Amino acid sequence: MIEFHLDSRSGVSPYLQLVQQVRHAMRLGLLKEGDRLPTVKDVVAKVAINPNTVLKAYRELEYEGLVQPRPGIGTFVTSTLGGDDDSRAAHEPLRQELTEWFERARKAGLDDEDVEALLLSTFRDFSEERAGRRG
Amino acid sequence: MSDVVTIEGLTKNYGRRTALTDCTLDIPAGHVVGLVGPNGAGKSTLLQLICGLLSPTAGHISVLGAPPQSGSPRVGFVAQDTPVYAGLTVAEHLRLGAHLNPRWDASLADGRIAELGLDPRQRAGKLSGGQRAQLALTLAIAKRPELLLLDEPVAALDPLARREFLQGLMAYAAENGTSVVMSSHLVADLERVCDYLIVLVASRVRVTGEVEELLGTHHRLSGARRDPDTIGPGRHVVAASHTDVQSTLVVRSSAPIEDPSWSVDGLDLEDLVLAYMSEAGSSGRDRVLEKR
Repeated sequence: MIEFHLDSRSGVSPYLQLVQQVRHAMRLGLLKEGDRLPTVKDVVAKVAINPNTVLKAYRELEYEGLVQPRPGIGTFVTSTLGGDDDSRAAHEPLRQELTEWFERARKAGLDDEDVEALLLSTFRDFSEERAGRRG
Repeated sequence: MSDVVTIEGLTKNYGRRTALTDCTLDIPAGHVVGLVGPNGAGKSTLLQLICGLLSPTAGHISVLGAPPQSGSPRVGFVAQDTPVYAGLTVAEHLRLGAHLNPRWDASLADGRIAELGLDPRQRAGKLSGGQRAQLALTLAIAKRPELLLLDEPVAALDPLARREFLQGLMAYAAENGTSVVMSSHLVADLERVCDYLIVLVASRVRVTGEVEELLGTHHRLSGARRDPDTIGPGRHVVAASHTDVQSTLVVRSSAPIEDPSWSVDGLDLEDLVLAYMSEAGSSGRDRVLEKR
């Protein structure tokens, strides 16, 4: 069983924070197929948030095909995240290349904020371009 | 979904002082509603009108499809500062509740008192602020109301007692689907627990709606100084401030704003409420000027 928490200063809406925490727990293997999510009542009694926020998060996860509610019993994880072994095997070389890139950026005189801005804007352009190509 | 409260043209005067002016609003069922506004905005008056402790000067209220009725078993009310009888013990409060309410749920009441670790023989006057608030909440929800009204329930509590109170309240709302309306002048208290908002400023309703929809349709625009009236159709300027070179606006618009001459940001709930408060301040001054 996982426990939720809420960062009220993050700017991410509360329901999305819950969705992300479930996905994250699935990626880390803390939640596996067949595991039960806490009930809505358990979540709100712990985190002191609106019940509809939890319901919305669980509906979103269901829509994504990650969980399945079983009436009267609870909501259960029905899939796995974090990719198959092939994609996990690709992580390490990619991490290596990224580390080398960070070193080059540092040598070129970029500070933390420069690096973050460049990374984010490049990623955004890349995503938009791909989305545009698909549309 | 049906409405638990419908209000039309509601006005309440205390002698010559106006507490509520021409309020019209519907409160949909199944929400936890935050009633926000500065002190003296009329929040307590509105709640007391809904639960039938006050009668309106003008206008109509319907609560759960009927006129408001003081002491209705269908409506639970926790008044400001969560009053209890200082001389009565916790157990005596529960007996009183059972005596006065036909639908009293004794197992819920006793269970909550045990869960909270309150001593039934303790006099209410000796309880801490947080315990007193929890006792008042227990008395209100053991009635099994369809609508629960709370007037500034956590304002006087320390952060831990506040969190515990809201945990208990949300657990009850989740289990029973009870509609809840709670007032506060602190938006941060309401941000987590409310999914519907009513902003009341200077005796008037400024804005109502689902929190998510409000957050999605309000934007903060900043850019080179210009007249807010030129912002275009379908966009309502809630608040505007200007320096000699820059304009900053809070704008309500259901369509996204894609004007490259503005830099557009979202707002959090607190900023949104503050924007409506400042709007009320400036239009209030306008009205005074008009009268002269």
